[in-house]
Amino acid sequence: MKFNTIIYSIKQGTKNIGRNKMFSLASIGTMVACLFLFGVFFAVVMNINYMMKEMEGSMCLTVLFDKGTTTERIEEIGNEILVRAEVREVVYISPEEAWESFSSDFFKGHEELISGFEGDNPLQDSDSYKVYVNDVSMQNALAEYISKMEGVRQVNNSESTVKSLISMNSLVTYASAGIIVTLFLVSLFLIINTITIGISVRKEEIAIMKLIGATDFFVRAPFFVEGIIIGFLGAVIPMGVLYVMYNKVVEFVVSSYGTIAGFIKFLPVQDVFVQLLPVALFLGMGVGFVGSMVTVRKHLSI
Amino acid sequence: MITFKNVTMQYPTGTVALKDVSLNINEGEFVFIVGSSGSGKSTILKLILKELDATSGSIFVAGKELKKLKHKEIPFFRRNIGFVYQNFRLLKDRTVYENVAFAQRVIEANPKDIRRQVPSMLTLVGLAGKYKNYPKELSGGEQQRVALARALVNNPSIIVADEPTGNLDPQNSWEIMDLLNDINKRGTTVVVVTHNREIVNAMKKRVITIKKGCIVSDIEESGYDDEV
Ligand SMILES: Nc1ncnc2c1ncn2[C@@H]1O[C@H](COP(=O)(O)OP(=O)(O)OP(=O)(O)O)[C@@H](O)[C@H]1O
Ligand SMILES: [Mg+2]
Repeated sequence: MKFNTIIYSIKQGTKNIGRNKMFSLASIGTMVACLFLFGVFFAVVMNINYMMKEMEGSMCLTVLFDKGTTTERIEEIGNEILVRAEVREVVYISPEEAWESFSSDFFKGHEELISGFEGDNPLQDSDSYKVYVNDVSMQNALAEYISKMEGVRQVNNSESTVKSLISMNSLVTYASAGIIVTLFLVSLFLIINTITIGISVRKEEIAIMKLIGATDFFVRAPFFVEGIIIGFLGAVIPMGVLYVMYNKVVEFVVSSYGTIAGFIKFLPVQDVFVQLLPVALFLGMGVGFVGSMVTVRKHLSI
Repeated sequence: MITFKNVTMQYPTGTVALKDVSLNINEGEFVFIVGSSGSGKSTILKLILKELDATSGSIFVAGKELKKLKHKEIPFFRRNIGFVYQNFRLLKDRTVYENVAFAQRVIEANPKDIRRQVPSMLTLVGLAGKYKNYPKELSGGEQQRVALARALVNNPSIIVADEPTGNLDPQNSWEIMDLLNDINKRGTTVVVVTHNREIVNAMKKRVITIKKGCIVSDIEESGYDDEV
């Protein structure tokens, strides 16, 4: 493969796009529609995942101790929990901190009532650990393990929330995989369809090339360039549109539903596109490439 | 240069186009193949170019046994052969110059060689003045000359032509035949399928006559067999 041949293939591939305007536009249009849908879906999934990670991060086990457990034993328990692989963090909450957080919550608006408890902490024996795990699905098993430790009275587990969160997480994963595969197949099918139409026009041309003595690679190269360029345009256009739309939609949701805005946190647009853009380019150019390879192949047999 | 040994060609539809055909064409020969429509003339040329594979028998062209060629070797084999068809088979979206240059790009010739060879071929066929035109802007005779220039530009050792004058008036037909004759005189083997009785009779070349897939006569310095 000589350098001049590469230049020739690029020139010819670019020319072909202009030469078959209808066909090129149809292919690019198909790709734009598919990758736009894909992008919307991708951004939604990324944001849901992000919000769940945020929620997961705030979930923990609360470990309470038997009456009269010594501070040494409590420290030991803390260390034992910390060495376990699934544990991310163990935080000690002293009785004073527990009371402070409880009372400021309970007597909200009637802070003068707190002063009545001066010097007398009703939660005297209520020191505790808050245990944060790396993966929420490990939380139940860990709770069981800790509750069997000596000196542990009770382990509070946010069980039902944990379970629904986990099931929702895997549901989203399956759904996303399903939709991504479907969109990929649909766009591949549509591209192959449009390229087939384009190629049947050029069937005679391919036959002539082969009779003159062109290698399969030489015949293919311009189609290959064409597929890649169509794929590139088919990916860049919807990504540009999505980039602008994303910010607008986030802005709209936050301003219209301000009340839940504290709960819903969106990913910044850069964080989404740093992942979405390469995936979209890869898919677009990949579909263009595979599509052109598959369709030219049939006509190379002579 | 071209040898058929007991070649039978049956199309997938069941039609037997050639039956046990054997023939030998030497280097530097000029041969006409004649016969009525459907007798199997084009099939012979397609077998020579390995556009088709024989059902049985062996074919040798330019020192290669065709059924032993791998798919990858076919393009390199075909570069030994120039072809010319009745319907010209030019690339419609490219100029005269590009059509001829294309044959050179396919074999990855140097740009310098391309720039020298293409004009010299176009001059040979008398079309140097029309190098910028597209095929549809040319007459049939001119298009056939472009096709001939393309067939010649890579200096093939064999030229096969399937009714090259089929769409041309007598004057253009003669000009194309004279060109083929000149090329043959320079040593290229030429095989021409034709229905043009007048030309065959006048040129006094070897004539192979095909009838229903069989060779019925093969005579040197002959004319068109009136019985077929
Ligand atoms: N691709 C094909 N599939 C099936 N049968 C074919 C095919 N091509 C040719 N034939 C048949 O094979 C026989 C020989 O065809 P061929 O084209 O070699 O004839 P020919 O001598 O070139 O005729 P003509 O002078 O009309 O060009 C004919 O009966 C034809 O119908
Ligand atoms: Mg024919």
